[in-house]
Amino acid sequence: MNLCDTMELEEIIREENKVYAVPELLDQSVHMHYCPGCSHGVVHKLISEVIAELGITDHTVGVSPVGCAVFAYNYIDVDWVEAAHGRAPAVATALNRLWPENVVFTYQGDGDMSAIGTAESIHAANRGENIVMVFVNNAIYGMTGGQMAPTTLIGQKTATTPYGRRVDLNGHPLEITNLMPLLDGTCYVTRQSVHTPAAARKTKACLKKAFENAIAKRGTSVVEVVATCNSGWKMSPEKANEWMAEHMFKVYPLGDLKDTTKEQ
Amino acid sequence: MKGNEAIAHAVIRYGADGYFGYPITPQSEVLETLEELMPWETTGMVVLQAESEVAAINMVYGGAASGKAVMTSSSSPGISLKQEGISYIAASELPALILNVSRGGPGLGTIQPSQADYFQATKGGGHGDYHLIVLAPSTVQEMVDFVGLGFDLAFKHRTPAMILADGVVGQMMEKVVLPEQKPRRTDEEVRKQCPWACNGRIGGRKRNIISSLELESSRMEVINERLQARYAEIERTETRWEEIGTKDADYLIVAFGSIARIATKAKELAAEKGIKVGIVRPITLWPFPTEAVAKAAEGKKGILVVELNAGQMIQDVRLAVHDKMPVEHFGRLGGIIPSPEEVLNALENKIVNPKSEA
Repeated sequence: MNLCDTMELEEIIREENKVYAVPELLDQSVHMHYCPGCSHGVVHKLISEVIAELGITDHTVGVSPVGCAVFAYNYIDVDWVEAAHGRAPAVATALNRLWPENVVFTYQGDGDMSAIGTAESIHAANRGENIVMVFVNNAIYGMTGGQMAPTTLIGQKTATTPYGRRVDLNGHPLEITNLMPLLDGTCYVTRQSVHTPAAARKTKACLKKAFENAIAKRGTSVVEVVATCNSGWKMSPEKANEWMAEHMFKVYPLGDLKDTTKEQ
Repeated sequence: MKGNEAIAHAVIRYGADGYFGYPITPQSEVLETLEELMPWETTGMVVLQAESEVAAINMVYGGAASGKAVMTSSSSPGISLKQEGISYIAASELPALILNVSRGGPGLGTIQPSQADYFQATKGGGHGDYHLIVLAPSTVQEMVDFVGLGFDLAFKHRTPAMILADGVVGQMMEKVVLPEQKPRRTDEEVRKQCPWACNGRIGGRKRNIISSLELESSRMEVINERLQARYAEIERTETRWEEIGTKDADYLIVAFGSIARIATKAKELAAEKGIKVGIVRPITLWPFPTEAVAKAAEGKKGILVVELNAGQMIQDVRLAVHDKMPVEHFGRLGGIIPSPEEVLNALENKIVNPKSEA
């Protein structure tokens, strides 16, 4: 027997029966521009939940990148500064140094973090700025139409590697997150994904730890999210998840790369 | 003290919140002096040596976006690197102060003084339709004074201001009167003065977003029109210049910054020869004192524009006076500073007794 046969709809939709809600900080008045199946929406959701749960909404400032996530400021209901391509960590450095009681995070794509903003990312982390760097790595430039990223895999086809990325022509995939633990300024470096509910829950816990590090001024936390770009990869969302698990996790294996909070 | 050192003292005394820079000759003393004075121990001002000029200007962008009074300094090649960030700061309608102790270019050029960045400073520099308020000091005292003036104008009009100095004013030692130490604004004062700033949604206020992105053309046009209206207001209200003996003169010299002092000496030498010369020294290079130059030029027989470049400000002077009289340029390049006698010779040969081209 169907539950609805015996109960009125109003009886079911009640606060005490609620098992899921859109996070309060995700602005419902705007439509997200992300493609269906894109990982950004999930990452936004997790960040929104973490900020609300830590009670830091009124003193958190985000720095959005150039790339698909440039409009992150339209979705997560905190103050945002939109940075030039690659410059988010420099912008975040000043935002935090001038307002040390504030929690500042950057949201960067693979172009931002590992191409045009390599210097800013490495140096902010090396200075140990008390910020969170969220790095969404989908191995492609989504917003500009699917060109090669530094993190594009060997053999992966993109608009600028139409026959597949070749080492002799394009160099190797840049595993920039692997460099971060070497820098004394980082306190926490992890690589996660959001392709399953379990993975998303894990990523949320990692983001929470990263934001707690920023609050406690322990140094720079880097949370890489290995992500899909099903539009750029020209796959269905489901197929993109499978392709990511099969190919990307080999080059970008998931797990903590550094965690000084465990040592303390 | 040196011009560059004076800047460091002035920025602390103004009560500025942050300085972000990267060493480059001939202005490294600004950062060196700030590090030596340790203002973070006294006023709480942040001083940071960035990894590049690009990072430094983006730190300024971030600081300005949070409502703080922040500045950077550099010299010509470094200022070129900062242009992207300057365009973003202007587009995002943020107050900030940028010092260019300019040197000879193009390229890596020379570390000697030059005024070859006039076009870059006054005609945009970075991409898009924008202007900086550009102040040109001719003395170390003006270096000091223009820090406060630059910040005040930047905050008044929510637009970046630049002090366009040159290696002469940066390196020269002169007596200066430093202003009294002003307290830095409290966080509450910053929030009150800059309700648009990104420093946390205290009190549950609506979120602030600082961005220069607008993909909708009709809205982007409105943003541009707002910027242009602001520039028109600045042109109307903030033009500054100095005139020396222009009323009784037969000729004018127009010069800015350090070279205006050499031109003033040339004026005295000219007077000994019975040549009556007046000086117009633009203090704001943008907005350019167009009307003042036009008025001072009325009835004059000719104008010599003296610059440490191949002829840049002369374009604005010609636009000001149209073709009512001869306007010629004299300048030395590559970091060479002409003597007053050279300036006088140029005035005589190009304006007073011009040789026939035939």
